[in-house]
Amino acid sequence: MSSIRLDNVTKRYPDGFEAVKGIDLDVADGEFVILVGPSGCGKSTALRMIAGLEDISDGELSIGDEVVNDKAPKDRDIAMVFQNYALYPHMSVRENMGFALKLKKVDKAEIDKKVEEAATILDLTDHLDRKPANLSGGQRQRVAMGRAIVRDPKVFLMDEPLSNLDAKLRVQTRTEVARIQQRLGTTMVYVTHDQTEAMTLGDRVAVMRAGTIQQVDTPKELYEHPRNLFVAGFIGSPSMNFFPAEHTGDKIKLPFGEISLPAHLRDVKAENVIAGVRPESFEAAALAPEHHEGESFVFEIEVDLVESMGSELYAYFDYEGEGASSDELAEIAADAGLADVPGGGGRVVARLSPDAEVKAGERAELWLDVERLHLFDAHDGRRLTADGQADVSAGTAE
Amino acid sequence: MSRAEKKPLSERAKAERKLGWMLCAPAAIVMLLVTAYPIGNAIWLSLQKSDLRFPDQSEFIGLSNYVTVLSSHLWWRDVLNTVILTLASVSIELVLGMLLALAMHRAIFGRGLIRTSALIPYGIVTVVAAFAWRLAFAKAEGGFMPGLLSSLGIIGDQTDPLAQTSTVSTFIVAILAEVWKTTPFMALLLLAGLSLVSDELHEAAKIDGATAWQRFWRITIPLMKPAILVALLFRTLDAFRIFDTVYILSNSGGNRSIETVSVLGYNTLLSRLNLGLGSAVSVLIFFSVVLIAAGFVKLLGTNLDQQTGSS
Amino acid sequence: MTDRSPDKIFGWFSVNLVVVVAALFPVGWILSLSLKSSDTVTDGRLIPAKWSLDNYKGIFTGSGGDVFTKALFNSLGIAVISTMIAVALAAAAAYAIARLEFPGKRLILTAALAIAMFPPISVVGPLYNLWRTLGLFDTWQGLIIPYMTFTLPLAIYTLSAFFREIPWELEQAAQVDGATPFQAFRKIIVPLAAPGVFTTAILVFIFAWNDFVFAISLTSTDKSQTVPAAISSFTGASQFSAPTGSIAAAAIIVTIPIVIMVLIFQRRIVAGLTAGAVKG
Repeated sequence: MSSIRLDNVTKRYPDGFEAVKGIDLDVADGEFVILVGPSGCGKSTALRMIAGLEDISDGELSIGDEVVNDKAPKDRDIAMVFQNYALYPHMSVRENMGFALKLKKVDKAEIDKKVEEAATILDLTDHLDRKPANLSGGQRQRVAMGRAIVRDPKVFLMDEPLSNLDAKLRVQTRTEVARIQQRLGTTMVYVTHDQTEAMTLGDRVAVMRAGTIQQVDTPKELYEHPRNLFVAGFIGSPSMNFFPAEHTGDKIKLPFGEISLPAHLRDVKAENVIAGVRPESFEAAALAPEHHEGESFVFEIEVDLVESMGSELYAYFDYEGEGASSDELAEIAADAGLADVPGGGGRVVARLSPDAEVKAGERAELWLDVERLHLFDAHDGRRLTADGQADVSAGTAE
Repeated sequence: MSRAEKKPLSERAKAERKLGWMLCAPAAIVMLLVTAYPIGNAIWLSLQKSDLRFPDQSEFIGLSNYVTVLSSHLWWRDVLNTVILTLASVSIELVLGMLLALAMHRAIFGRGLIRTSALIPYGIVTVVAAFAWRLAFAKAEGGFMPGLLSSLGIIGDQTDPLAQTSTVSTFIVAILAEVWKTTPFMALLLLAGLSLVSDELHEAAKIDGATAWQRFWRITIPLMKPAILVALLFRTLDAFRIFDTVYILSNSGGNRSIETVSVLGYNTLLSRLNLGLGSAVSVLIFFSVVLIAAGFVKLLGTNLDQQTGSS
Repeated sequence: MTDRSPDKIFGWFSVNLVVVVAALFPVGWILSLSLKSSDTVTDGRLIPAKWSLDNYKGIFTGSGGDVFTKALFNSLGIAVISTMIAVALAAAAAYAIARLEFPGKRLILTAALAIAMFPPISVVGPLYNLWRTLGLFDTWQGLIIPYMTFTLPLAIYTLSAFFREIPWELEQAAQVDGATPFQAFRKIIVPLAAPGVFTTAILVFIFAWNDFVFAISLTSTDKSQTVPAAISSFTGASQFSAPTGSIAAAAIIVTIPIVIMVLIFQRRIVAGLTAGAVKG
């Protein structure tokens, strides 16, 4: 009874700016859904509308079977973890966690019992009588989660709850969040700008851009069948490589050679095409799989830089000429702080087997799995498929 | 502050110390000279029989000036007057100041207007403010309030509120003048405290199910407590020293006067030129203020301890 | 949060109206009084029946002679000089408190706080006595000294709060960029510190402009009497006429500089008062 449904929900500010532009989203009971996107994409606003902290300008929001547009946050039976935790500094950990129950006039013994339970789950038992000021960042984060857990709400909302933790603690706490959600089985909506967090945590992930949902899907679907350039570029680390492409019938010309397209990509109808290649679709030619079905392509480049990770190896190379350009890609780059990276052409990263014998400054032969090539319409960013239509097989949004 | 001071100081640290002292010295010396010397002098004078009209008769008389003051009905009447004025005006100011601070903090438009208007009473010379209220209420001086009040049936036709046999209306006007003049200051100190309570805490409390009223009492007020205490401290001390308003309200022929301890001190010292007795009054006022301040500081100290936990 | 329903707009409109009326009404009343002609000044009407500038002419040129003009001059001179000295002394101390580590820092702050709470009436007697001995009674210096003393705590607290906010590493950055230490101070620190210093000066000026206790205790003639003291001893043109009109006119004149300052610098005044209060 705690599904969430957003039906054409819009947030319009008095100055006319639309932070959220009519989004639709269904979150099933017990599901863990992530809203992810660059800063300013409206994900936090959307979450705050679910919480009732922002008014909904248009559209309908239901929790369970009930429309809650006009309900105050306190009547929605939700719990929220804030980015800065919003712990009450004048209350002890115990009082912080029990505050909501106290307001509900729950019996004192009952409150104590629930707080102790939550504290056990979160390993906070020893800190119950301390003030937030005397806790470490990770402990504060756990208290914030504890405050939510204690209430046993219909829905958990989390607004970038890990962004104030250092990298190591973030990974640790991420696992913790997943564990708790599985254990409690509560419906959860989680906002983050970190795509890794989104991919590892969510049952489904909604990628947002400029107030709209671009695609809602399982992490695997998002990765393998991004609906458009934006989703393709945003999801995955390192990001997908993009190339400007000239496309004629069943062939396509990329900066490093002309390739014959696999069956499912032939006859796409678009004038300007951007080709997308995931780093792992490359391999050193010498190590290419022996029995590969479908098209593949071998070419030679000069390796610019090699990063060895032990389990894998990243080879970077540049290509001449204009890089692929589109609003979507520019936005992703700007969000990552790369807007002003100098240099013409483009940089490509290939993820190779650790045994690949490539060295910086030397030429190397690479193999490309053409079957896993993505084509996008440079004009509107849609992913293209053989029938010339935008790929509608993936995604349930819109 | 609590650096390990065991190691010998580096040249740099020594130079820093010296510079620090040099920069603070002028201000420190001025403050010391103009307050510590006179208060010492006042204590010494208060133990003398010293009357400027009879300069030859000065002699050391121990605590007998204090005995005179403390056994006089005038002193205790004025203490009572001062306490009434202080309690009444500070408590009204706290409520109005909080409302004004909330208005300045939350207004969806016109914040600048509210702030500017509120600052006008703060900036106006106290003497002028006192005159404004006196001239509004004194019938003899053409005040419009008597006419207004009698047309509302609150007072009689010919009544002059400031010239009654009872001093109640003089108190009311004094409190009005004081509240009008200093509420903005209170509001600004409270506003500073209000802005320390983050919006996120309010949102968290909203989600935790707190009503607006509960959020105010359980989140805003506890978190503002230090700011409230500081504001109360400053205003209480200020109100306890009240002089200008009372002097102006009382100092016209027909008006019913009230006297506060500061006015008593002034009259004894500078009208009657009795330095010995006047100094005893001054010293007593000084220690009253120290006592009030110490009380507040203690309260504030324990409060800050609770706030941060005992680490 | 962004809710601007008509009810709320009306509500806040009413709040604004109440605040403005409450704050300005007494001033409006004095203004009205000051513009009444001498025969209608005690008629008790809110709006003058007969408008006249006689009261203003009276205080500047009338039978009172130049009492008021001189008092205005004294007030301005004394307030400006006290402000300059107090801010200069406080700036040095506040710099040390904000930036340097030295023993005795807490002591200075505690002493300043104690003086902020000090009852002026307690030192008026000894000062009166002392000033008569030293020949400072009824002189500008005689008022400047207590004014700057009693404003130093406010000035030190406000300035050190402002100074703590200055990104001092910019000074080093400027030196790395090739500025001499003096240039770094002049071109980087002075512009950054100026708003705080200026704000403090406004607050100190308001204090000095406002004082009454010292003014009536330590002065006796128009040589150094300030406006608040002068107004309090205004007498009518004759023994039988009340000085109401003159008092009102004089009150409006001393209020004008304050109103102008408040209108221009309201943001700064608020920042100054709250900065000292929070961080002090």
